Amino acid sequence: MGERHLLTGNHAASYGAKLSRAEVISAYPITPQTTIVELLSEMVASGELDARYITVESEHSAMAAVIGASAAGCRTYTATSGQGLALMHEMLHWAVGARTPVVLTNVTRAMAPGWSIWSEQTDFLSQRDVGWMMLFAETVQEAQDFVVWMYRVAEQVFLPGMVAMDAFILSHTSEPLIVHDQAAVDAYLPPFDPLYTLDPAEPRAYGGLVNRDHYFEIRYKAFEAMERAGRLLVEAGEEFGEALGHRYGPVDPFMMDDAEIVFVSAGAMTSNVRYAVTLLRERGIKAGLLRLVAFRPFPFEEVRRLLEGRKVAVLDRNMSSGHSGIFAEEIRSALSMGAAPTEVYGYVLGIGGRDIRVETVLDVADDLMSRDEPARTLYVGVKGLPIGPARADREIARLAPLEEVSP
Amino acid sequence: MIELRIHGRGGQGAVVASKALAQAAFQQGHYVQSYPDYGVERRGAPVVAFARIAEPDDRYFVRQDIREPDHILVLDPTLLESGAPLQGLQDGGWVVVNSPDEPGTLGVPPQYRVAAVDASAIAVRHGLGTAAQPVVNTAILGAFARATGVVTLDEVLAAIEHEVPARAADNIAAATEAYETVRMGALRA
Repeated sequence: MGERHLLTGNHAASYGAKLSRAEVISAYPITPQTTIVELLSEMVASGELDARYITVESEHSAMAAVIGASAAGCRTYTATSGQGLALMHEMLHWAVGARTPVVLTNVTRAMAPGWSIWSEQTDFLSQRDVGWMMLFAETVQEAQDFVVWMYRVAEQVFLPGMVAMDAFILSHTSEPLIVHDQAAVDAYLPPFDPLYTLDPAEPRAYGGLVNRDHYFEIRYKAFEAMERAGRLLVEAGEEFGEALGHRYGPVDPFMMDDAEIVFVSAGAMTSNVRYAVTLLRERGIKAGLLRLVAFRPFPFEEVRRLLEGRKVAVLDRNMSSGHSGIFAEEIRSALSMGAAPTEVYGYVLGIGGRDIRVETVLDVADDLMSRDEPARTLYVGVKGLPIGPARADREIARLAPLEEVSP
Repeated sequence: MIELRIHGRGGQGAVVASKALAQAAFQQGHYVQSYPDYGVERRGAPVVAFARIAEPDDRYFVRQDIREPDHILVLDPTLLESGAPLQGLQDGGWVVVNSPDEPGTLGVPPQYRVAAVDASAIAVRHGLGTAAQPVVNTAILGAFARATGVVTLDEVLAAIEHEVPARAADNIAAATEAYETVRMGALRA
């Protein structure tokens, strides 16, 4: 049933790729991802992992390399972060159109400038529309397991998938996890069985010019595959529990049965939200938590069923400027179709890795309970400002000298 | 939940120390976390690393900065001069410091307990680092085990074997010597 180890989130992701028997790995180093592929390259060099490691000069090339290897019939893996994921963007679309089930781990990192290596979800969520499956890990265990779970679904629908984990809070934090038995993972995840492979003996054209009479159908098939992936994620997540001891699903509800106020969150901050919910319960406040594990495909049914009629605070460690936190936007859209009226309050916090503490969540709870009008975007923890919306009347002015701004 | 903070300088092994501490408690069956505070990674620059050790009855775990540690470990005594290592330390907490001096002479306020061990001399004796730059992390762990009892010496030694397999024997000898020679001051307030 596997062995307990103490590993960082990054090394857990490396083990996820190793246990999945990735055959081709290509990546370009970027903090805070680098130690994922560093360990994998060591495993390949020592022969512990029977794979080909391709070094490249950029993330764009890394993605191109794994798409090519996937088209040749190999199970492929890569990892990146922040600017690196942004540089892959063009090829992310390609992986979908080419129907190559590549799996990628992204260590979520704030975008520059200012140059930051700290956690934020905006890099990951900016890839919302490329057509990849997208999962958020909360623990080191999940940083490993979600890679395996993702392959299981990706290779049935021929769509790529990415797993997010928070910079440092998971990537460089060591915590206990079970590194599964290879035989048990093999039983759960059969070898990649592609429909077509690049084969000189049987030549075919790939990625060619498509006119208006075929493109829509080609894409429509990918859209259908994503719908099917929603069901498969549920099934494969349940089977993961039977085979490997941890049951996963697209959402992870906590104390929701009688909850009147509900937090929605994703990723590592969820651990603090869960703790805060237990403290609120001790105070007699009927609080609950809905963790979103899957972002694409979006768990519409679960979100609607679990949230409708409640007072909802969505916690976004990201922002779609000029609109809302991205999860808040998605939750409102899911609730607009057939759900009973639900108050959704959008809170943006933890930008650029700012600490989201248990107390931060309790502050949000106080703010939420004091409001009776749903709010689009409320910023939490901006220095010198109470929780509230952005001001629309601020004129741009030269910055004060630093010594006047610093506390 | 016991929260620990380790202060050192780049090259002294603070990050490995936090990992080994967590490993020691993990081997005792505790849920643990350890993490470094990433900033400028340079030899000689101040480095901070953390460890969190859950009690058996803790059911939920947090992922946030450790701001009010229960105990601290100080790998370079000159870091104490700024006062920064003591920030947020809980009253009654241990300050385990690498110093040849007596615990009472280190200028630590009376609400804290001080354990002093000459980890630099011990490290040099066991060939860890150089006289100018001794690697003191494993010695300080032995002193920490003796002073706080948060982890046992045996678990620390097993953790060292796990974390620094290349020089395990010398590091184990250093940790053991520190365990035996650490001087512990009484609580003065």
